[in-house]
Amino acid sequence: MRRVVITGMGIYSCIGKNIDEVAKSLYEGKSGIGIDTLRTQYGYRSPLTGIVERPQLKGLLDRRARACMSEEGEYAYMATLEALKQAKIGDDYLENNEIGLLFGNDSSAKAVIEAHTIALEKKDTTLIGSGAIFQSMNSTVSMNLSTIFKIKGINLTISAACASGSHSIGIGFTFIRNGMQDMVLCGGAQETNVYSMGSFDGLSVFSTRLDDPTKASRPFDASRDGLVPSGGAACLVLEEYEHAKKRGAPILAEVIGYGFSSNGAVNISQPNETGSYIAMERSLKEAHLQSKDIDYINAHATSTLQGDAIEAIAIDKLFSDTKPLVSSTKSMTGHECWMAGASEIVYSILMMQNSFVAPNINFEKPDEYSCKLNIATKTTTKNIDIFLSNSFGFGGTNSALVIQKIK
Amino acid sequence: MTREEVIQKVNTFLIEEIEIEENLLKEDALLKEELGIDSLDFVDIVVIVERYFGFKIKPEEMSNVRTLSQFYDYVYQQVNKK
Repeated sequence: MRRVVITGMGIYSCIGKNIDEVAKSLYEGKSGIGIDTLRTQYGYRSPLTGIVERPQLKGLLDRRARACMSEEGEYAYMATLEALKQAKIGDDYLENNEIGLLFGNDSSAKAVIEAHTIALEKKDTTLIGSGAIFQSMNSTVSMNLSTIFKIKGINLTISAACASGSHSIGIGFTFIRNGMQDMVLCGGAQETNVYSMGSFDGLSVFSTRLDDPTKASRPFDASRDGLVPSGGAACLVLEEYEHAKKRGAPILAEVIGYGFSSNGAVNISQPNETGSYIAMERSLKEAHLQSKDIDYINAHATSTLQGDAIEAIAIDKLFSDTKPLVSSTKSMTGHECWMAGASEIVYSILMMQNSFVAPNINFEKPDEYSCKLNIATKTTTKNIDIFLSNSFGFGGTNSALVIQKIK
Repeated sequence: MTREEVIQKVNTFLIEEIEIEENLLKEDALLKEELGIDSLDFVDIVVIVERYFGFKIKPEEMSNVRTLSQFYDYVYQQVNKK
């Protein structure tokens, strides 16, 4: 069986714009949550969001590339640049070799709404301009990155709600392990503009704890009152082990398990403990591991009442004997939605590399479900050989990834 | 508006918004072959001209416009038609 390793990582998020900044924030338990006053003006129930600075791409990309790039595409470009650099992949390599690209993304609202506004006002679609179509399609990230980085292998967007980023890694892993690709750029991207989250806010599932935004995202805590949306992008270079060794690439970690499931339930927005359990169990089975082998679980927990409870039940059911350390980095980042499954692999690998578990900040009082978990309330020194990362999405799509330190 | 004023405004948006290098902007420069203006750039030029000059370029009227000089003339005629 071909082994699949990670040889590069890039991250652009509300807790840092590169892996060094993010590693520091994770260690310090620093929140990236703030208030976006534009959301209040637009009619949001909650203006809380991860605050992500737009990158300046003038000078990095030509006008044509920038004109076609959505906000989340810009974040993904920055993350991918960093990942390629770490993996020692330069322009010559990209020009002369086949690499695949699978990115998780599930919306691109800004260009759609702006185009609609122009058409309403001008009654002339030509005046929408040339970039809108390439910014507004769901595959905006993969189509832009594949053009910029001269991708010649598999090239598509994975849309699976809040599990998009995780599935992109799982599917990239599958492509490499089965011998269909030697290298795939996998990641996730998430827009943060005012248009992107209005309909989600309308479901009244966002926290309204406005007095201290950094306390608003509190996964597993008894007093949680909803999630905080966030965004950015993450990218990982997945590569076949021998291929990576031959290239002299840095080998950061190994992907050893991908478990997936769907809930088979009738409710589009509600999670399901059985589906979550099956995804985790399948990822362990594929990695030929038992629950005792997991040192750390990066939980999906978004800080919603129901979602966190269901995940706590599923984790407890599978890990009740060994109780590995659990934390939800969403306590610091907010819910990075389409990007989360990829960014949380980057966060967890940074913990693995630096031998600590990042805290589940704001976890002050457990509820009847989270009291059964071993939740890291503070930064905890810990050797992590193997971790598991959960991601669950609307429509009952579940993904669990198991990553191990390279041996 | 004089032809000189049209040239100045067109050159301004070609440099600032289409990001064409100033030294390429010669009257006999071919729009496509020498200035690199492709079909997608042209869509943006339609948008920009509407904003700068207040009229909408009709693609069929541009069929014989191949050089920058011809483009200046076209804009000059349209502006002064109003």
